[in-house]
Amino acid sequence: MKKTYKIDVDCANCANKMEEAARNTEGVKDAVVNFMTLKMKVEFEDEADPQDVMQEVLKNCKKVESDCEIYL
Amino acid sequence: MNKKKRKMLIRIIIAAVLLVVLHFLKTDGWVRFVLYLIPYLIVGYDILFKAGKNILNHQVFDECFLMTVATIGAIALALISKSGDYTEAVAVMLFYQTGELFQSYAVGKSRRNITDLMDIRPDYANLEEDGQVQKVDPDEVEVGSIILVSPGEKIPIDGVIVEGSSYLNTSALTGESVPRSVREGDEVISGCINTSGLLRIRTTKEFGESTASRILDLVENASSRKSRSENFITKFAKYYTPAVCYSALALAVIPPLVSGLVLGTGFPWGTWIYRALTFLVISCPCALVISIPLSFFAGLGGASQEGVLIKGSNYLEALSKTRTVAFDKTGTMTQGVFRVSGVHHSIYPDEELLRLAAAAESYSSHPISKSLREAYLSLAGGEGTSPEDLISGDQVTDVEEISGHGVIATFEGKRIACGNSRLMTRVGAEPMDCHDTGTLVHVAVDGRYAGHILISDQLKPNAAEAVQALKKRGVSRTVMLTGDSAEVGEHVAAQLGIDEVRTELLPENKVEEIERLLSEEASASGGKFKVAFVGDGINDAPVLSRADVGIAMGALGSDAAIEAADVVLMDDDPLKISKAIGIARKCMRIVYENIVFAIGVKLICLLLGALGIAGMWLAIFADVGVMVIAVLNAIRALFVKNV
Repeated sequence: MKKTYKIDVDCANCANKMEEAARNTEGVKDAVVNFMTLKMKVEFEDEADPQDVMQEVLKNCKKVESDCEIYL
Repeated sequence: MNKKKRKMLIRIIIAAVLLVVLHFLKTDGWVRFVLYLIPYLIVGYDILFKAGKNILNHQVFDECFLMTVATIGAIALALISKSGDYTEAVAVMLFYQTGELFQSYAVGKSRRNITDLMDIRPDYANLEEDGQVQKVDPDEVEVGSIILVSPGEKIPIDGVIVEGSSYLNTSALTGESVPRSVREGDEVISGCINTSGLLRIRTTKEFGESTASRILDLVENASSRKSRSENFITKFAKYYTPAVCYSALALAVIPPLVSGLVLGTGFPWGTWIYRALTFLVISCPCALVISIPLSFFAGLGGASQEGVLIKGSNYLEALSKTRTVAFDKTGTMTQGVFRVSGVHHSIYPDEELLRLAAAAESYSSHPISKSLREAYLSLAGGEGTSPEDLISGDQVTDVEEISGHGVIATFEGKRIACGNSRLMTRVGAEPMDCHDTGTLVHVAVDGRYAGHILISDQLKPNAAEAVQALKKRGVSRTVMLTGDSAEVGEHVAAQLGIDEVRTELLPENKVEEIERLLSEEASASGGKFKVAFVGDGINDAPVLSRADVGIAMGALGSDAAIEAADVVLMDDDPLKISKAIGIARKCMRIVYENIVFAIGVKLICLLLGALGIAGMWLAIFADVGVMVIAVLNAIRALFVKNV
């Protein structure tokens, strides 16, 4: 399953870091952060629950870039 | 400018003013240190704070951390050496923040610019239900509903006009500025603006499946498909920062040790630590990381403004390297509509022969009859007598249709035979051959041969020009792939100046041909150059997806084409092919400029910093200045009108 979320982040490098953090979160198959459109596209593993996974993704992103936001 | 940015701007201004005031104030010792600390903290407190937080999260090579170490280091050096030169550290922080502010402003601005260009998203639909009209969210409109579109409104959902006629402004979709005339029964696509009359439209698609939504989706996702240069930069940034940081550490430790232990000339810690700190200021990869995706984003945005949708940065890159272009014929380089292209050997004036033929064929619904009629109407248009009167059915009598031959009818007292050469023989006329290719309609009047009318598929007006434009852009090989006969195919190719033709191909043969072209180009250039295929998208889907770059033409409303193609030309002007390549080239040039410029300046500054020629002032230029220039350069990719 794929879902798109609006995000807010200040710099392009930070967006790259968020992308990597999201990718390394359990339950996430793939994630793409588009800094130009401020969107994050997440592909979930089949058995994962997007709600729970996104909480983790947000936590991991905050770790690498404290200033970021994902609008769930 | 939002609240966050305004606050930042105020902080920068206060700190800058304070710095100037402090410069003229004669202070020394601890007082001076504390006074300089004020602007430093005002402008940089969030950086220090964030750096601290990042260390707790094990994110050491973060630009906040680097700036913190560099500036605090510089302050500490000034304190220890009692030089009292704190200006540098404060200025570095100040410029860094100014750069960040500029960057976020510029990115935000171009983001808005590009979204405005693609402002085709309809906000509402006027749904007609039980004679009442109400404004609803377009998402709620079901297929088959009736919607109303007033002049000045956007068509929200694809559909068919059931009542009304108007002119549509399609420029947001196609880049074409001439309005399109539509009337009852015509299909209309969402995203067009209704300019004159009220339209009642029966929807044929859901909002999410409508053209406007699909195009927006495509444009928004385009920059997610990253090109090789983008991936290169992401990787580069990942290694660049740590590499520079370790070099800084080595620079701070090794030379003083060598100097002290090996050469015995003392330990010049201060000098080398300062040089190492300079390194840290240059180590931020931001100029690169921001300018490359911004260039691509601007390029994709500029292209879509011109009616060229490119599905990803990777295709933009491939498009810029296209050296072989293969074309489909019908519908791509030709109009796919049969038209009268000539009247030969006529014993009457051309117009009269057309009139007679059109009259004789006026009962027939065959496409050829239609094209005869249209040709006559366009020739006779605006000549006082309404052309419809001249060839209206009631003056035509005794119509005899002979299947496989043609039509014989009486019109204005003449017995007109109109059809192929067999019909001519049948009525006792001697048909004449034609040296041109196409379908011939012979005409005989009262058993006497009166001439023939040549009907053929017409080339698009810009087709030959488009091939020339491609050649001028360095496309060295043009190939036409067609299912048509060798005679017609070769004739069209010669007219257009296309180098090679492959004729009588079935769809699967076209795939084989494109594969052969791909492998030939790959072995000739080692993968450096790419093969593009241009088709009209309807039955070319497999070929479109097989080519390096599949370009679909005039594909508005054709779902299969939007799916299969990598580049979608929204109107059917073949000149757009070379334009698309031009846009891609310009964008890639800017990308390379930015890569070379940003990396180049940084490396030079690193070298100068290591040698002690450049201080922190130059270092901050290498960081912020390069970023500003790269961002401004990236925005240039948006302007593609005259490419």
